Amino acid sequence: MTLVAGADLVQEGAAPRRPRGGGFGRYALGKVLGSLGSLVFLLVVNFFLFRVLPGDPARTLGRGRFTTEEQLEAFNRNYGLDQPLGEQFLTYLRNTLSGDLGVSLRYRVPVSDLIVDRLGPTLLLVGTSTLLAALIGIWLGIRGAWRRGGAFDRFSTSASLTLYSMPEWWLGLLLIAVLAVGIGPLPGLFPTGGLHSVDADPWSVAGVLDTARHLALPVLTLTLAYLADYALVMRSSLLDEMGEDYLTTARAKGLRDVAVRNRHAVPNALLPTTTVVALNFGFVVAGAITVETVFSIPGLGLLATEALSVPDYWVLQGTFLVASAAVILANLAANLVYGLLDPRVRA
Amino acid sequence: MSGLLSVRDLKVAYRTDEGDVVALRGVDLDVRRGEVLGVAGESGCGKSTLASTVLRLHPATARVSGSVLVDGADVLTMRWGDLRALRWAGASIVFQGALHSLNSVRRIGTQIAEPIRLHEPEVGRAELDRRVGELLEQVGLPASRRTAYPHQLSGGQRQRVMIAMALACRPSLVIADEPTTALDVMVQAQVLSLLSGLVRELGVGMVLISHDLAVLRQVCDRIAVMYAGRVVEEGPAQEVFGAALHPYAAALSSAFPRIGDPASRYAPAGLAGDPPDLRLALEGCSFAPRCPRAVDRCTAVDPPLEEHAPDRAAACIRVGEP
Amino acid sequence: MTTTSPTGSAAPSARTVARRRRAAARQRGWREFRRHRSGLVGAAVLLLFVLLALLAPVVADADGLSVTRATGGVLEPPSASYPLGTDDNGRSVLTLLIWGSRISLLVGVLATVISMVIGTVVGLLSGYFGGWPGAVLFRLTEWFLVIPFLPLAIVLATVMGRSLLNIAIVIGVTSWPGTALLIRSQTLSVKERAYLERSRVLGAGHGHLLRRHVLPNVMPLVFANTTLTVAVAILSETTLSFLGLGDPTRVSWGSMLQDAFRAGAITTGSWWFIVPPGICVVLVVLSFTLVGQALEAVLDPRLRERR
Repeated sequence: MTLVAGADLVQEGAAPRRPRGGGFGRYALGKVLGSLGSLVFLLVVNFFLFRVLPGDPARTLGRGRFTTEEQLEAFNRNYGLDQPLGEQFLTYLRNTLSGDLGVSLRYRVPVSDLIVDRLGPTLLLVGTSTLLAALIGIWLGIRGAWRRGGAFDRFSTSASLTLYSMPEWWLGLLLIAVLAVGIGPLPGLFPTGGLHSVDADPWSVAGVLDTARHLALPVLTLTLAYLADYALVMRSSLLDEMGEDYLTTARAKGLRDVAVRNRHAVPNALLPTTTVVALNFGFVVAGAITVETVFSIPGLGLLATEALSVPDYWVLQGTFLVASAAVILANLAANLVYGLLDPRVRA
Repeated sequence: MSGLLSVRDLKVAYRTDEGDVVALRGVDLDVRRGEVLGVAGESGCGKSTLASTVLRLHPATARVSGSVLVDGADVLTMRWGDLRALRWAGASIVFQGALHSLNSVRRIGTQIAEPIRLHEPEVGRAELDRRVGELLEQVGLPASRRTAYPHQLSGGQRQRVMIAMALACRPSLVIADEPTTALDVMVQAQVLSLLSGLVRELGVGMVLISHDLAVLRQVCDRIAVMYAGRVVEEGPAQEVFGAALHPYAAALSSAFPRIGDPASRYAPAGLAGDPPDLRLALEGCSFAPRCPRAVDRCTAVDPPLEEHAPDRAAACIRVGEP
Repeated sequence: MTTTSPTGSAAPSARTVARRRRAAARQRGWREFRRHRSGLVGAAVLLLFVLLALLAPVVADADGLSVTRATGGVLEPPSASYPLGTDDNGRSVLTLLIWGSRISLLVGVLATVISMVIGTVVGLLSGYFGGWPGAVLFRLTEWFLVIPFLPLAIVLATVMGRSLLNIAIVIGVTSWPGTALLIRSQTLSVKERAYLERSRVLGAGHGHLLRRHVLPNVMPLVFANTTLTVAVAILSETTLSFLGLGDPTRVSWGSMLQDAFRAGAITTGSWWFIVPPGICVVLVVLSFTLVGQALEAVLDPRLRERR
């Protein structure tokens, strides 16, 4: 069946190519090493942030707390702050790597226990919101970009920009005022805060519904806050794709416009958006801080703001570590996913 | 005249912020079954607009008039359903720049199979695989390369994938828009001979668009030379190339010296000046300002494309004059 | 444009030519900017807020900020004497709002200046110097880009103590990486241009090259980026103040919202204490964003089609 198979063609067809798979391995290894480096640097910064910033660490840490020199010394001894800096750093490294993040000054329990306890609500809140925001935001972005400049596009872009300019916790306050407290004749429909009612058993059907009712407003708040970001990213990456020649090829093949969009343009435009979503998920703790505070949800974010008023340094240090490590790991995951989805990265 | 492709008085203008830009100013072309028509001209003469208009792929900002008949049906006025059915199954395109014309995150086998699955949904999985393999082998690539992504192929290989894809649904017409421009000279020759060989073997009609007259002379039966959105000369390839009637076609062919022809070395190798600004209305012959043979009359009348010898047409009032 | 006569007394100096050319470029830019309606609206809103902040002592008596000299009742709804009601200390919300604009804008601008200086210096150096110094700076930028803003800002603000300058420093120190990356990529592309090579061959030092050639080319982008950074900085100030990390002695929109939240303005339905500060934040942040986008579009023709 071969009509033309000149020796020259075969020769060119046999041009050496990098073996497949090896590209991704190298790429992944590079990303993993980079993330490890970031984590190490994070450990170092985390240590010095609390110890070498202006002034005597104990005084800074225990501002206004120690009335006598003995108390100060006892504190220094307790936390090993009387040791030389190098010694302290090694102790810190050893402790942190073995999961010992110190003891909360307020709760008198290990910080690591507190963090584990508070992780669940935060993951539930942020996970649900991220999922919803990604789905709705991507849909908005696609619709807007495909009919760029139309009424829908103009409305959704202005709405996204406005949401983008809004402190998410202020939006939460408004939602509480309108939907939880109620205004005028409108009764409050949702609880004003907390994760579940005092008497509810979280594992029964009624308990799950109760939790859902409590989470409705915070999830709505975070979803609206994230959604703007995803809608804008999806819109602009789809607009980037729409000028590309391969879409003309698809159209020339006889595909309907909808098929050109759904089978070619959207999957390609989703690549950068997926990365943003994965990366944003790393901002779990960071994003939940204000919303958990406003809705009094006992998660990591609330833990951090509660620690502020004491101030509970080891808790702050621990949550900062967890929050930052989460982003570094999510960043790594985003890069790996991108490498799997986009064959060009592997080359 | 019932050819495979018949273009009549095709006019295209693009609306822009700075007013209309005219791309085609009344083009007539005919391609018969199994015939290769070359379209030559400088960049900006409307060649690529012609290619995209044949399958109505022009952007929404384009204003189009005239008619484009493929197998007797007018592409410009047919219903969307009929148009989609015609695309690729009736007439396909080999685009220039295969790197961007292929979807970079899909395997080439999937992309070749896509039009078959679309136009012949009855084809089963095994049959589909067999045909994709065959198509790849036709263009000199091993069937196993179907799992490759575009970036894993060389420029010449990618262009061959485009050719395989264009032939996937056994169309009766192939439009090749500068299919070899982005390639090395050596690879150009290979891809070109492959393309023309397949076209002749399968009895497909083809429009080969290029700025490179030497490329066209190699493989075309007939050549149409375009200038400023119009066809200025048309005829059998060897005759147009060897003894052009229109001064522009003559200048174009002398820009590519022939080996063993000393006369070509003394002919003017280039043309002074630039093609006209197509945003402005043109008066008289559009080539007159650059034409070595221009006389006063040339700026007054825009000469129509007229037959001056059997099967040889040119748009110049000075044909036959000394 | 330029006179070619080498001796003529009217021949403008190189400096004058450059200045004239820049003025012409500015005029062109303004013409282009005016085509972006949203950018114009944003600029008008900003002008209004800046005027309000500057004229605060004239428009609203500073006495109205004092808790001890407060004249109104607790959380009074809007009335003729208090157009936006009173706060939990009996102060006029409108007065607080007007004075708050000063602190919010001041912190925003101050933080942006810090952020721009760090970002521009790091970006310029990491782009201009190849090899390991550039690579180290680049890695550092990437690291700061990934570290979540709020936890870092909370830690810094706690350790450094609460004052107006500190909060600006905290925001500035945490928000520069985006700018640095932008400046870096711009510097890399400028570095490749031929006239830089020519200058180098003529014996220009690094300092001269950076100041006279790279920086002027990078500045327009810095300018557009600044307005976007101010938006982020004001948003950050509001959030940090809301969490109680702002200067406790001064009123800003964020600290007003903190007061409102703590005083239970939501449960009592005192919307006049919650809604106005938030709307001011949204208006100012949105305006800065719109102006920044319009500037970007003016400076980067590739983006012009987008919006």
